[in-house]
Amino acid sequence: MSEVVSGSVGDVVAQRATFATPLALRSGASLPGFELMYETYGTLNADRSNAILVCHALNASHHVAGTYAGHPDSEGWWDNMVGPGKPVDTHRFFVIGVNNLGSCFGSTGPISIDPATGKPWGSDFPIVTVEDWVDTQARLADSLGIERLAAVMGGSLGGMQALAWATRYPTRIANALVIAAAPNLSAQNIAFNEVARAAIMTDPEFHDGRFYDEGVKPVRGLRVARMIGHITYISDAQMAERFGRQLREGLNYSFAPEFQIESYLRYQGEKFAEYYDANTYLRITKALDYFDPAAETGGDLARALRAATCRFLVISFTTDWRFPPARSREIVKALVDNRRDVCYAEIDAPHGHDAFLLDTPQYHAIVRSYLSRIGESP
Amino acid sequence: MSYAARADFSTIAGWIAPGAQVLDLGCGDGSLLAYLRESRGAAGYGIEIDDEGVLASIGNGVNVLQSDLESGLAGFDEQSFDSVILSQTLQAMRHTELIVLEMLRVGREAIVTFPNFGFWSHRLQVLRGRMPVSGKLPYQWYDTPNIHLCTVADFDAFCEERGFDVLDRVVLHETRRVNALPNLLGSLAIYRFRKSR
Repeated sequence: MSEVVSGSVGDVVAQRATFATPLALRSGASLPGFELMYETYGTLNADRSNAILVCHALNASHHVAGTYAGHPDSEGWWDNMVGPGKPVDTHRFFVIGVNNLGSCFGSTGPISIDPATGKPWGSDFPIVTVEDWVDTQARLADSLGIERLAAVMGGSLGGMQALAWATRYPTRIANALVIAAAPNLSAQNIAFNEVARAAIMTDPEFHDGRFYDEGVKPVRGLRVARMIGHITYISDAQMAERFGRQLREGLNYSFAPEFQIESYLRYQGEKFAEYYDANTYLRITKALDYFDPAAETGGDLARALRAATCRFLVISFTTDWRFPPARSREIVKALVDNRRDVCYAEIDAPHGHDAFLLDTPQYHAIVRSYLSRIGESP
Repeated sequence: MSYAARADFSTIAGWIAPGAQVLDLGCGDGSLLAYLRESRGAAGYGIEIDDEGVLASIGNGVNVLQSDLESGLAGFDEQSFDSVILSQTLQAMRHTELIVLEMLRVGREAIVTFPNFGFWSHRLQVLRGRMPVSGKLPYQWYDTPNIHLCTVADFDAFCEERGFDVLDRVVLHETRRVNALPNLLGSLAIYRFRKSR
């Protein structure tokens, strides 16, 4: 094997794309126009055929790789995957990270100003779906002059977007990398989302989503929502290994955090509540709940995916109990039933759902090997 | 393009119709599927449990699905493939009979290849009181993955008892076809069979 020298894409600058034409949403609502924040890494080749779109999951953003100048700790959320010499090699590919509509990192969302009122949209911002996101991403590709993407990839909710791309824009996508995803949410998945939403909506400072006007934030609800989410991202075994029953000091017979896992969850919750928007959290969990391509074909996923003609790489992780391997195998079966080109890897990783963000050697080797063939095979 | 083509590849390729849909169980690095794609225009999928095999198959541009054959072929519908191939893997399977029945459920035809335990050199080594080690069976008794070894005569009997139609049987040694005393002089057996009609 040749030595792989990999590095960071270095300092990056976020960009803003403005779309002035109205956007019809799946819910029936529409937006008069919208903006998307995005970043790009690498160079678009002359025939514009080397672009890879990276879709983010629940709480991430367009900042996929690299750092912002002067902020060395501002590394992108998938920096271990995307960069020069990395599995998604920016020497070869032009990589696009985009912040989804309805999010809170600069793309139009609940914290943006509603032009009709001059105030933040807040609870008036419509509920957007995975399909809406994909439609807006296609318009971003248009604006970049890219007719056909070499690949669309993502983990978790990002993988669902890659799947939706494959069926909605079959001629505009050559490969879909669907990682740690599912063809829809289980009742248990929806249940966890509902508890998270209930935590936010019952926070007295939520004010029916108009908390911006009150100058407050439902941070307590957001914290609990994040704590619940976090539990589902980690495997039981991983939690046992990292925290077990370790105590911070000793038992105090009080309700202050005593076990390490308690203080870890509180830390994660607090950190998240500082930067994340509650209305966005509500909407993104709804987008997850609604995603169900087979709903339009009477539950027949194979029929739902028939429109997809691109090649697929589907990856799951053995200890992921949020979207377990069996859910990825449903996608694979539907693709095989349609005789589509698909590779499926089940990565033996201890971390649970979060494994898609980590750099397990087999996982990265699979992505690297798959992408290295793009443009080579007929 | 060259593959680590094994002796059984060209025999198998001769039984695959142009453009056929094939399923290769235990596909390793995907070289058989790549060979069938090039030589027969065949399409299909390989199934492999081993991480290295999955990675190598992806590198060879083969549609590989990481899965454990021991649990059957639940992800595949009845009679959905022209041929289901099990190349030099049968002897290492725990649920040998199950997988053969699964092959005939999913495929219109099954192709199975295995090292012939009845090969004269194996018999001689057993006569001398030792477990055989040979080119086709390169392992020592304590580290072998092969737990269900059989002879050509055993597999003939297996097919007959289950009422399978054996459509073709080729026994090789090295790359040569063995026609006389195949169970004694052949080291690799290749069968093509189906459910009797």
